[in-house]
Amino acid sequence: MSATRDKYQKVAYYPGCALEGTAHSYNRSTQAVGKALGLDLVEVKNWNCCGAMEVKNIDPKLQTYLSSRVMSIAASEMKMDVVMAPCNGCYHNLKKAEYDLAHDPKSAEVVDRLSKKAGHATYQAGQVETIHALDWIKLGLGEEGLRQRLRGSLKGLKVANYYGCMYTRPRHIFPEKDQGPGSESTSKPHYMDDLLAVAGAVNVEFPLKTACCGGAHTLSDSDTSTKLVLNIIRAAEAAGAEVIATECPTCHSGLEMHQVRAEKKFGQATRVKIVYFTQLLGMALGLSPKQVGVHENVSDSLDFFKEKGIA
Amino acid sequence: MRSLAVIGQRLEALASQPVLDAEAAPELLSLGEEVLEHWVSAQGREPTRDTREGFRLLALHRQGCTDEPSFNACRETCRELVYHYNLVSLEPQHPGTGQRLRMMTLVANHLFLFVAGKLQVRELGDFCCASRPLRQEAAPPDPA
Repeated sequence: MSATRDKYQKVAYYPGCALEGTAHSYNRSTQAVGKALGLDLVEVKNWNCCGAMEVKNIDPKLQTYLSSRVMSIAASEMKMDVVMAPCNGCYHNLKKAEYDLAHDPKSAEVVDRLSKKAGHATYQAGQVETIHALDWIKLGLGEEGLRQRLRGSLKGLKVANYYGCMYTRPRHIFPEKDQGPGSESTSKPHYMDDLLAVAGAVNVEFPLKTACCGGAHTLSDSDTSTKLVLNIIRAAEAAGAEVIATECPTCHSGLEMHQVRAEKKFGQATRVKIVYFTQLLGMALGLSPKQVGVHENVSDSLDFFKEKGIA
Repeated sequence: MRSLAVIGQRLEALASQPVLDAEAAPELLSLGEEVLEHWVSAQGREPTRDTREGFRLLALHRQGCTDEPSFNACRETCRELVYHYNLVSLEPQHPGTGQRLRMMTLVANHLFLFVAGKLQVRELGDFCCASRPLRQEAAPPDPA
């Protein structure tokens, strides 16, 4: 077993706020898939918000502190080497905090001061490695490992893989990406494509896989978000996709909600199903739709998966 | 330079056509350039006539990112537009040309929607793509 695979067998799990709310099905399916694959998740104790967009926009250093506290608990209290965050927002913010602590003495100073005030160990850059759920499965198990554990198949299901923006941007906070064969690409990410192809899906050519969905503006400028999402969905359908696979709770809920809104507000009905990649993988691993929370998505696609013979 | 509304209508008209021929590719690329010209002009700059990697679109995008890292949110969209232009231009007789043009239209439309949205709400793309720099001058005071 390679060092990376060994390291990813047991990771600190940082679900983040969204997975305890609107993205409950992502939480459920991530944990179910981990169990089915024999990969251990140990939830970060007493975790807090990563700072998300609200704190970051008001006080970026406070966001760096909040993210660093999560990593501090994982490193100092739990003695873990790896933190896995399935939410793109959390993943992005932890990576950003890591970068800032390594490159900006002022950030390190603020984090140290606030950590002492809060009474926990100050996180030092490099103490843990933050990864996404895609890294966890792709690198912790590998495609062959996944293939060996399949109990079903996605049976040629046509999938457009939507990664959203925070998984790859800005490039400088993801130094492990764009490192040649085997590494993830920031311009054309492929880890989700790779995993779902092993599970029997057919990935369509989808040029908007990292395009902006206007997610952060879904409340303040709903029409722009709806139009951006509608265009993404139209592109997926034009590419022949039956399903859009997601790996971010913000993207996912944005796509689902604006799909409904696009029909109500602009009379533009679309049919493509929007599901988390962990839900698709779970069904290919022989888990029931309920075990991966298909019924908990905004649009229940249970009948669709039954018709396809996947559920 | 046509207004954004006119550009949007033209893109919608192209998107609604069942079949496009290869001549639509340069028009779509040009529409993308016009969209970026709007953004650059709104920043008080003269839209560049330079090219980057052989394309004015990419030079305009680069120019549009000056002092505005969140504009990188449309970097891949611009590159996909160029990629599809290349596919269609290099192989106009390819059996997939119709589909490539369909995708190119939706990519150009996405660029239009993003820039039009960002001209109304400047922060579009700020949270996700720019990871707002910590050391910006306007940063608020440190927490206590």
